Amino acid sequence: MLFVELAVKGLVYGCMYAMMAVGLTLVYGLLRILHIAHAGVFALGAYVAVVVANATGSLALGFALALVVSAIVGVGIYRFAYQPLLGHPPFVPMIVSIGLFIVMQEGFRMVFEAYGISFDNNPYYTSTVAIAGINLNYVEIAMVIASIVLLVGFGLFASLTRAGIGWRATVTDPQMATSFGIDPVRVRYINFLFGSGLAGLAGALVGLLNNYVEPTMGGLVSYKALAIIVLGGLGSVRGTLIASLILGVVESYGAIYLADVFDRDAIGFLFLIIVLMVRPQGLLGRK
Amino acid sequence: MSAYIASIVSVIGINMILALGLNIITGFCGQVSLGHAAFYGIGAYTAAYLAKLGAPLPLTLLAGTIMAGAIGIVVGLTSLRVRADFLAVTTMGIGFVFLGFVRKQKWLGGELGISGIPASGLHPVAYAALIVAFALGVIALTLWIKRSWMGFTFDAVADDEDAAPTVGISVSIYKLTAFGIGTALAGLAGGLYVYFARIILPDTFDFVQSIAILTMVVIGGTGSVWGVVAATIGLTLLPEVSRAASDYRLLIFGAMLMLVMRFSPGGLAGLVKRRAAS
Repeated sequence: MLFVELAVKGLVYGCMYAMMAVGLTLVYGLLRILHIAHAGVFALGAYVAVVVANATGSLALGFALALVVSAIVGVGIYRFAYQPLLGHPPFVPMIVSIGLFIVMQEGFRMVFEAYGISFDNNPYYTSTVAIAGINLNYVEIAMVIASIVLLVGFGLFASLTRAGIGWRATVTDPQMATSFGIDPVRVRYINFLFGSGLAGLAGALVGLLNNYVEPTMGGLVSYKALAIIVLGGLGSVRGTLIASLILGVVESYGAIYLADVFDRDAIGFLFLIIVLMVRPQGLLGRK
Repeated sequence: MSAYIASIVSVIGINMILALGLNIITGFCGQVSLGHAAFYGIGAYTAAYLAKLGAPLPLTLLAGTIMAGAIGIVVGLTSLRVRADFLAVTTMGIGFVFLGFVRKQKWLGGELGISGIPASGLHPVAYAALIVAFALGVIALTLWIKRSWMGFTFDAVADDEDAAPTVGISVSIYKLTAFGIGTALAGLAGGLYVYFARIILPDTFDFVQSIAILTMVVIGGTGSVWGVVAATIGLTLLPEVSRAASDYRLLIFGAMLMLVMRFSPGGLAGLVKRRAAS
């Protein structure tokens, strides 16, 4: 039973990682930038949700604003931090991104103090439901549903709509897409809008799940998300999804069976390093 | 020299050795490493463990240096398999694996680290002088490397990894050399830190530390020895100068990283060069 339960919990975490990692993969696929400041957007989503929900008493409003605010901030990051640096070697925007992440994290610490904030009214935090003998928290279920709905929605957008096809064309060959009348700048805006909104929502959900929002909450998740996009093969959305779920499960087992040797956070990276030594291009990446 | 000044000088010296070591890997050879603090930690843990067993200072420093350099070469092997962005994430991962391992090892003190490390036997001022001597030695070493044949090959590897073999450069050997030297220097800094602080905690060697070292290199100007030296002194003194700067140390680091890269990707050295040219 423990075996199955660990797998289920691992998949739940995997869904959360997927919501984070897909945004990173979208940015990487389009611009070849390791968008570390994504962690700041994640924490921003959590803060907006908790502050708005506590002020108005409406969790739904908090979540809606978290989604909107983080999406807009994500676009702002592209416009003011990355766009001017597109001609530089890739480590330049990466270091800008690290700087931006540190600034955001310290900014939260200054505005909201170093201590975390809890939701005043969070009935979902404690209530669980048993599915096939496994106790799952309501928020965990919401996380799984949200990630499935949003990612399937994105898949449909990319394959069926005009804008989605334009997006795919730009990822494959920006120059060719431009000559067919697609505006690459608009595609990048859509990219950051969607990816950052997803990260903000993931942050809000994690805040609700732990009933705790703190300045550093984005750090570890986003470092793992970076490991995931590398593991999946940089820029491959499908690889990212698979790698997210695998990492969630590997961590879940590792945290129990390797507890005496490594802590939970090291296991994911250890797994990443081993996989990269065997397949340097990642699980689904092309050489 | 008061004890306070001696301690600041010691910290500057240690940071300088760390930053110049990373400068060899990232600046000279072009391999971005986000896990330099792990090698600092490996050196520190090796030295502290041996010091507790009663080994003398020269031996512990040497052991820390060799251990970090040896593991650095092994990690450098990953740079032969993965490149650029993959390498950045892999080296970041090495940092987390190191921390995750150390935290769970009872014989290394777990979360509490190693305390009660024997004194170096030197007066704090004399010990600070020793650190400065090492730092000067490292400056001389990196200046020499930069002008040597090896420095040119590093340049070639950093510039175009695929073109380098066409002029007869073995990319793998020089990458491993850069990793070996750079990480050995981090190990030396770790050993020096052990006798300075006399207690080591796992968190001293975390990701933030790696980023702090990278900040010194990037703000100084990746690849420029004097730029990195100047940035290390400036950034280490900054929190000492004012209370506000010490409270918001990370904020200032982050903002500087962002602004320097945004407006002068060559760092301070790039700025100076541009001034001189115009």
